[in-house]
Amino acid sequence: MVDLIPPLIELIRLSSTSLPLDVEQALQNTLHSEHPGSPARRTMELILENAAVARRKSVPICQDTGTPIFTVQYPAGYAQKELRFAILTAVEQATASAFLRSNAVHPVTGINSGSNLGDPWFPTIHFEESGEDTLVIDLLLKGGGCENVGRQYSLPDETIFAGRDLDGVRKAALDAVFQAQGMGCAPGFLGIAIGGDRGSGYLASKQLFLEPLDAHNPDPALAALEERITLEANQLGIGPMGFGGKNTILKTHITALHRLPASYFVTVSYMCWAYRRRRMTVRGEAITYA
Amino acid sequence: MPDRAIPLTVPIAEPAISNLSVGDTVLLSGIIVTARDTAHRWLYDRFIANTIAATAEDQVVYEQLRTYLAGGVIYHCGPVVRQDGIGYHVTAAGPTTSIREEPYQADIIRLFGLRGVIGKGGMGTKTLTALTGNSAVYFHAVGGTAAVIAEHIECVLDVLKHEFGMPEAMWVLQVRDVPLFVTMDAHGSSLHATVREASRARLHSLLRDD
Repeated sequence: MVDLIPPLIELIRLSSTSLPLDVEQALQNTLHSEHPGSPARRTMELILENAAVARRKSVPICQDTGTPIFTVQYPAGYAQKELRFAILTAVEQATASAFLRSNAVHPVTGINSGSNLGDPWFPTIHFEESGEDTLVIDLLLKGGGCENVGRQYSLPDETIFAGRDLDGVRKAALDAVFQAQGMGCAPGFLGIAIGGDRGSGYLASKQLFLEPLDAHNPDPALAALEERITLEANQLGIGPMGFGGKNTILKTHITALHRLPASYFVTVSYMCWAYRRRRMTVRGEAITYA
Repeated sequence: MPDRAIPLTVPIAEPAISNLSVGDTVLLSGIIVTARDTAHRWLYDRFIANTIAATAEDQVVYEQLRTYLAGGVIYHCGPVVRQDGIGYHVTAAGPTTSIREEPYQADIIRLFGLRGVIGKGGMGTKTLTALTGNSAVYFHAVGGTAAVIAEHIECVLDVLKHEFGMPEAMWVLQVRDVPLFVTMDAHGSSLHATVREASRARLHSLLRDD
């Protein structure tokens, strides 16, 4: 087996310093619809300049390098314990190299561990044994600003006129975008899980951020709802950084999870414009990144 | 909206603040100090509410802050800082969400005589009142543009309360031409309040629309 630690450090470096191309293209596409000279337009220009500088200088796009969320799909025969060790070691070394900010703070003592390692919950690592012969590791760096504006609704919710149906989902999503204003670092991206329980809802809503932006929802009703939520969220006029403008949400992903008869959760996760996700694939000795 | 950026240097004189209004673009130079959640609470407990007695060491830090912050600017930021043999280097330094400091900010503006607060997402009415009463403004940096802002940081002059950890320590930074937007001014105007109210009206019509 190849030594995974150096390639994992590269996965972290790439994630932190280089926006995925589909995300950068989506940010680029906002320019034409914001008025030249307006704070919204100037903001988008700065965001794109920042992406270029971060990539060129190999420094973090955003100082909040977020919660590192790893999703590991491994072929039969790999030991989770060894994969975990490699990931934790890579996180620690990438932090020492300033690709990640030391972000793990003990909530009782207030002490920052300095290494980005905390407890079994920090960083987040999801494991799944795959039927494939390749090892695939996805990394999402999700900053605290956008994490703080995520919301979970339990329908029906009279305060937003939302019943237990797809129109209720739409209302919950729009309310979440309104409540976020610019604080989630708009223009952002939504991951919405309908159903599940409180835990699975958040988990599934965040896993949607591993999808490419052009992913097509196989359920036509959900595909239509995704389009409508994006369209209407942009009608709120919140705009880049909440300065007012046409671009608030650039893409909505929705998934549906089986729920209990008693529960109908709508979980809305918000990803900031600094949408940092990268994938590493290991095939034998060959390692590729996307 | 004016396209031209207004150069400002810390310490900022009062008339320069009165001349600013929401929508202005500013290029800020001089010395600024990062302060976020832990620093605000630390200052509040020891020098405003006085619920915790300040030690002699706390007093020294406070006096240093006073020299930097009279007519000065606080930056809501937890930077990424690399340390080598010759000192500290900031590689990423975008703003953090300001509203978490709303309980403390107004008092801290008065405590030091701040002329400005840099952050993102805007602040509430208590802070807006303090800005108006103390002739100060809220400067909005573009969230996430950490690499670009770091390019405008010339050097790290000092770090106070390093034991708070890298994000929460108070970094004293010499900056040049940091690009900022005035989103809350000294005349009681807030872009955040305006956008929120307009979006609220739009939300209500979308919620009633099946």
